[in-house]
Amino acid sequence: MAEQAAATAPATARRKRRRRREVNPLDYLRQPWMQITLLISFIFLYFPIVTLIAFSFNDSRRNITWRGFTFKYYEKAFNNVALHDAFINSMIVAAWSTAVSTAFGAMLGLALYRYRFPGKGPYEGVAHLPIVIPEICMGVAMLAFFAAVDIRLSLFTITASHIAFTIPFVAVVIRARMAGFDTALEEASRDLGANEWQTFWNVTFPYMVPGLVAGALMAFVLSLDDFVITFFTAGVGSTTFPLKIYSMVRFSVTPEVNAASTVLIVITLTLTLIAMTMQSRWTKRQQE
Amino acid sequence: MTDARPIISIRDVTKRFGSVVAVDSVSLDIRPGEFFALLGPSGCGKTTLLRMLAGFETPSEGEIEIDGQAMSNVPPNKRPVNMVFQSYAVFPHMTVHDNVAYGLKVTRVPRAEIAARVEKALALVHLDGYGGRRPDQLSGGQRQRVALARALVKEPKVLLLDEPLSALDAKLREAMRLELVHLQHSVGITFVIVTHDQDEALSMADRAAVMQAGIVKQIAAPGDLYEHPNSRFVADFIGKVNQFEAKVAGVSGGRLAVEIDGVGRIDVPHDGAASGSICIAVRPEKTRLSKERADGDRIQLRGTISDVAYYGNESHILLDTDAGVQFTTTVQNDERRTESSFIIGDDLWISWSPADTLVLVD
Repeated sequence: MAEQAAATAPATARRKRRRRREVNPLDYLRQPWMQITLLISFIFLYFPIVTLIAFSFNDSRRNITWRGFTFKYYEKAFNNVALHDAFINSMIVAAWSTAVSTAFGAMLGLALYRYRFPGKGPYEGVAHLPIVIPEICMGVAMLAFFAAVDIRLSLFTITASHIAFTIPFVAVVIRARMAGFDTALEEASRDLGANEWQTFWNVTFPYMVPGLVAGALMAFVLSLDDFVITFFTAGVGSTTFPLKIYSMVRFSVTPEVNAASTVLIVITLTLTLIAMTMQSRWTKRQQE
Repeated sequence: MTDARPIISIRDVTKRFGSVVAVDSVSLDIRPGEFFALLGPSGCGKTTLLRMLAGFETPSEGEIEIDGQAMSNVPPNKRPVNMVFQSYAVFPHMTVHDNVAYGLKVTRVPRAEIAARVEKALALVHLDGYGGRRPDQLSGGQRQRVALARALVKEPKVLLLDEPLSALDAKLREAMRLELVHLQHSVGITFVIVTHDQDEALSMADRAAVMQAGIVKQIAAPGDLYEHPNSRFVADFIGKVNQFEAKVAGVSGGRLAVEIDGVGRIDVPHDGAASGSICIAVRPEKTRLSKERADGDRIQLRGTISDVAYYGNESHILLDTDAGVQFTTTVQNDERRTESSFIIGDDLWISWSPADTLVLVD
C-alpha cells in the first residue's frame, strides 16, 4: 500500500506540474501568488477607509466599539453650523482656484507643448516643482511670502496658494493630451482661410476639452482635500472643511467626524469617477 | 498653353533648416491647368517645397509667385492655394458637412451659399449623403475624399497634394490615381502633387520635376523623363535601367562613339557634347534575347542567365554578361505556358538598337 503510494506520488506531481503549466505564463491574474498580493494590497489600501465609513454609522459617542447602526451623526454633522461654514469655504476656495489654475495651467501646458525656447528645460523643471516639493515647504513658503508682502491671511490667501500648487498638475494633464495632437489639423485650418485666433478656438480648443475637464476636476479635488498648505495660509474665520475636521478630531473622534469625512470621500470619489469615465470615453473615441 | 503666364513661379528658392539645405536654389514654373508632380526619394526637399507654396515654411532665399503675386509676406490663410494633407487632417470633432463648410465659414461666406457649395463639393468626390457622418465613421479612402472636397470647395487657383495616396491600400490607390486625374480635368484647377512613387507621377502628371538632395534634376513630361533622362539619377529613379560605365572615343555629326570595357567600341546617336567618363544605359524592355548573334547594327552582349524572376505577366531575367556587368531584361509572358523557356545557366545574346541607348553625361 505504502509502496503503491510512493510509486504514484511522482506521477501525480508530474500531472500537477503539467496542469500548472497550462496557465499562460503571462496570464498573471490567474497566478495564485499574484492574486494573494493583489488581495493584500487591496485590504491594506482600503481597510482604513472602509472602517472609517462603517464607523460613521456607529451609534456610540466614543467610537471605539460597534454599538449599532444610525444616521444620527450625519444629521448632527449636517446641522453643525461651523462645519457647514467650513464646507462652504472649501467650495469657494476650490471653485476659484480651479477656475484660475485651469486657465493658467492650460496655457502653461500648451506653451510647453508647442514652443521651443532657450532655457526651456530648466523652466519646465521649475514650473513643475510644486508637484514634487513637500507640501510643508510650500505651506511655509506661502506663509512667509504673504507675511513679507503684508497680506492678511484669509480665504484669498488660501485660494492663491491653491492656485499656485494646482497649476502644474493641470499643465501636465494638458500636455499629455496635446501629445496626441496632429499639428496638420492646425495647418489645415490655416490653409482653409482661418486666422490663428479662429484656428485656436475652432480646432485646438475642442481637442483640449477632455484634458481641460480632467485637469479641472483634478485641481478641484486637490484643492478640496488639501490640508497642509491650507493650514499655513488660513486666517481667522477662513477655516476649510479639512481644517475643521482636524480640529474636531483634536477634541474627540466621534462618529460625526467620520460622517463628515465620508461626505468628503464621496464628493472626491464622484468627481474622480466622472473625470475617469470622461477620459476613457474620449480616448476610446479617439482610437476608433 | 506654354505662352500663358505661369500660375506658380518659383525663382531661385533655397530653404535651410540650420545647416541643412532642404531645397537648393530651385527655379521652376507651373502652368495653369497643369497636373504637376514633385517626384523624388524621401528627404529630397519635395515636401518642403510644397509647404513653401502653402505658406507653412518661408524660403530662406528666393521668391515664389502665385498667379502673378509675390507670396513672401502672405500668410497661409491668405493664399489662393489649398492643400490635401498626407494625414488628411480631417477635423475629428466635426461632421463631414462641417469639415467641408469650415473654410467657407471662417471666411464669412453667406450661409445659403455655403450649403449649396458644400453639396456640390461632396457630390464632386462622390460623398453625397455623407454630410452627417463623423470622420471616425469613415474609411481611409472616404476621409481622403473629405479632405479633397474641403480643399476644392474653396475654389483655389492651385490644389496642393502631399503624398495623397500613400496611406491607401494598393487597389484603392490605383483607382484613386485615375479619379484624381478625372477630378482635375473636371474642375480645371492646377494640381501640384508630391510623391515618392514614380508610377504615380508617370501615370497622373502632365509634367514632373525629379528632385534629389534639394536640387531639381529634370523637369519634363513623363514620356521624356522615362525615354530621355538627363542624368544617372533620373534614369535610375524612374523605371529600371542597365548601366555601363563608358569612355568617350569621339563625337561627330550627332553620333557618339564610346568604348565600353568587355563590349568594345559602340556607336550611338547623341546630340550635344560629351567627354571623358559617361554612362551608357538601356531600359530592360528595349532589349532582345536570342540564341544566335543578332543581325544588323544592334549592340550585342553575351551573357549567362543567373536568375529568372516570374511576375505573372512578365519575367525578369538576370544575366551575368561578359562585360562584367549584371544585366536585367524583361520578357513578356505572352503565351499561356507554365514552364519558362529561359533556364538558369543558358548562354544567350542580348541586343538592343543604338537608337534605344541612353547617354547619361551627368
